[in-house]
Amino acid sequence: MAENRRMLAKLLVVAVGMFGFGFALVPFYEQICQATGINNLLRPDEVTNTQVDLQRTVTVQFDANLRSDLPWRFAPEQTSLKVHPGQLVQVMYDIESNANRTIVGQAIPSYGPAKAAEYFNKLECFCFTQQTFRPDEKRRMPVVFVVDSKLPSDIHTITLSYSFFEVAGTAAGKPPEA
Amino acid sequence: MTTVTHAPDLPHDDHHDHHPTGLARWLTATNHKDIGTLYLWFAFTMFISGGVLALCIRLELFSPGLQFFRPELFNQFTTLHGLIMVFGAIMPAFTGLANWQIPLMIGAPDMAFARMNNWSFWLLPPAALLLMISFVVPGGAAAAGWTLYAPLSTQMGMGMDLTIFAIHIMGISSIMGAINIVTTILNMRAPGMTMMKMPMFCWTTLITAYLLIAVMPVLAGAVTMVLTDRHFGTSFFNAAGGGDPVLYQHVFWFFGHPEVYIMALPAFGVVSQVIPTFSRKPLFGYHSMVYATSSIAILSFMVWAHHMYSVGMPVTAQLFFMYATTLIAVPTGVKVFNWIATMWQGSMSLETPMLFAIGFVCLFTLGGLSGVVLSIAAVDIQLHDTYYVVAHFHYVLVAGALFSLFSAVYYWLPKWTGYMYNEKMGKFHFWWSMIWFNVTFFPMHFLGLAGMPRRIPDYATQFTEFNTMASVGAMMFGFGQLILLYNVIHAIRGGVGPAPQRPWEGAHTLEWEVPSPAPFHTWETPPPVELVDKLSAAQKLH
Repeated sequence: MAENRRMLAKLLVVAVGMFGFGFALVPFYEQICQATGINNLLRPDEVTNTQVDLQRTVTVQFDANLRSDLPWRFAPEQTSLKVHPGQLVQVMYDIESNANRTIVGQAIPSYGPAKAAEYFNKLECFCFTQQTFRPDEKRRMPVVFVVDSKLPSDIHTITLSYSFFEVAGTAAGKPPEA
Repeated sequence: MTTVTHAPDLPHDDHHDHHPTGLARWLTATNHKDIGTLYLWFAFTMFISGGVLALCIRLELFSPGLQFFRPELFNQFTTLHGLIMVFGAIMPAFTGLANWQIPLMIGAPDMAFARMNNWSFWLLPPAALLLMISFVVPGGAAAAGWTLYAPLSTQMGMGMDLTIFAIHIMGISSIMGAINIVTTILNMRAPGMTMMKMPMFCWTTLITAYLLIAVMPVLAGAVTMVLTDRHFGTSFFNAAGGGDPVLYQHVFWFFGHPEVYIMALPAFGVVSQVIPTFSRKPLFGYHSMVYATSSIAILSFMVWAHHMYSVGMPVTAQLFFMYATTLIAVPTGVKVFNWIATMWQGSMSLETPMLFAIGFVCLFTLGGLSGVVLSIAAVDIQLHDTYYVVAHFHYVLVAGALFSLFSAVYYWLPKWTGYMYNEKMGKFHFWWSMIWFNVTFFPMHFLGLAGMPRRIPDYATQFTEFNTMASVGAMMFGFGQLILLYNVIHAIRGGVGPAPQRPWEGAHTLEWEVPSPAPFHTWETPPPVELVDKLSAAQKLH
């Protein structure tokens, strides 16, 4: 009997340990992604090639979206821009909170076509950190980017689209049911 | 429990089996045989429930267009069919088999922790109830697929919360059941029965139990993270808060792939008992079987990402998971080789358990073959989420796990009930299942290769013929399972006559050394060393 109890204790420790291991996979996954450069949405890109290709012009379109329950106004100051690959460009976005409470938001970028993502290097972006807005606060925020000159020649237009989400846990309500 | 002491010279005496009767007997059951019976009946009930959902799916897919169910409801059917069959039918059925057979086969009086055993079982019906009532809550049952991928699972209605809670409960039940099995096998074997003299079924059950203890907590962690993402403001899988939905897939499949072997290894064990018995030869390559089972278990931790080739992964990672996955074909091939070599030149007879075991070997190998095809990343990206995958895992889970369970039920039914089942009806059950199974699932290979996506309630018209065929097959296969129900009830009520102590003369394991039906208490005095030695010699175990 005592032997069985000891075995029970040992196996329970393993089970609890594996429960912890499940959670340990989270930082482990983040480390792997960081080390291998996958999924680095929230970090500035490094620009190695700054040779400006004046022969080529690429249209960059800017798009801004809010998750429906976020009471902000969010818009780019210009909706589209013609740039040369390799050229350092800065654009501004206006963000204004119409809420009566402080809200923490996070913007997630996405690209159309998706293939353009790896050639679109952002050096500075409000999307790299969470943004805290007090009630009725208004801010202009920059995005600085370089389109890599290795951009495949069949891509003439890149759409940079941001979606602002309210960071869960800072709100009273929960996301609407699907 | 009443304390009874047996006279040492009457080890198999059965006149002391005092136990409560009626409902109290089952609610307070601590006897491994009673609990095994409960598990098996629970699993059968869940098998029928999951089967009804499957038939609803096939009904909708009988012809193109939407006829019977809203797409939302169809999604709930596919999700709950998977969850119920995996966690409600296959896993409890194998735990039930282990409860019934492990103490009998290793010469132990009962499972190590009898009261915990009662809890392991009685947690299951509430969990099943939670899954069932989730159909009628606002928003309906979980509809994210049985894998409960984020971000779908972080958004749905309260049906998802009920599902998460059900998975927690079933996980705790499985872990307790597994701890019981490991402790029983490691600490309570009869004197003289070394690890390498254990029947193969005990080995595969032991390794399965270890897998369960290792991975069920990881699943519990994954669904807990989904739950806190849903209600408590964490962002494990929520991109807006810096989380990543792909992480869910990694954590889930770290559980999910060993889970595949949790459902397959005990099946290997059953077949490794049945084939030698009806070939009247010892199991070929017992040692290699043990090592193959262990290596499958270890490899199962290193292949999880082959379920997610198309999610976006570096090529080196795809190659690693591809090579590791194809490597599993080696120990599995060893097993198939050993089963065939056991039958080779044996004096085979084709009773129902043997028919199901041979059916298992043929069809499981086919399922393994389509598995090797899917393991190739370049092919999988084309076939991912098509009916080819559906065909593949039904070949290994229905013709694999389920056929082995049928085999086990027919094999041990005389010991459980004390009566012989109707052999003619058993054979009919086998051929009926074998034919309609293939009519149902073989065309799905072609559908998948032609590009029909899975989990979708409608399809393009060029897929009509194969879908109609599969639907007809599924209805026939499903209703055919009532033959098994009838045959089991028939056997409980007397069958075709009393079963001898050892109805299969090729069987040389300890459970055939107790009377039929197995008395309430067995091996209260461990089997003598000479008996253990004699039997292991007959199985050629050294």
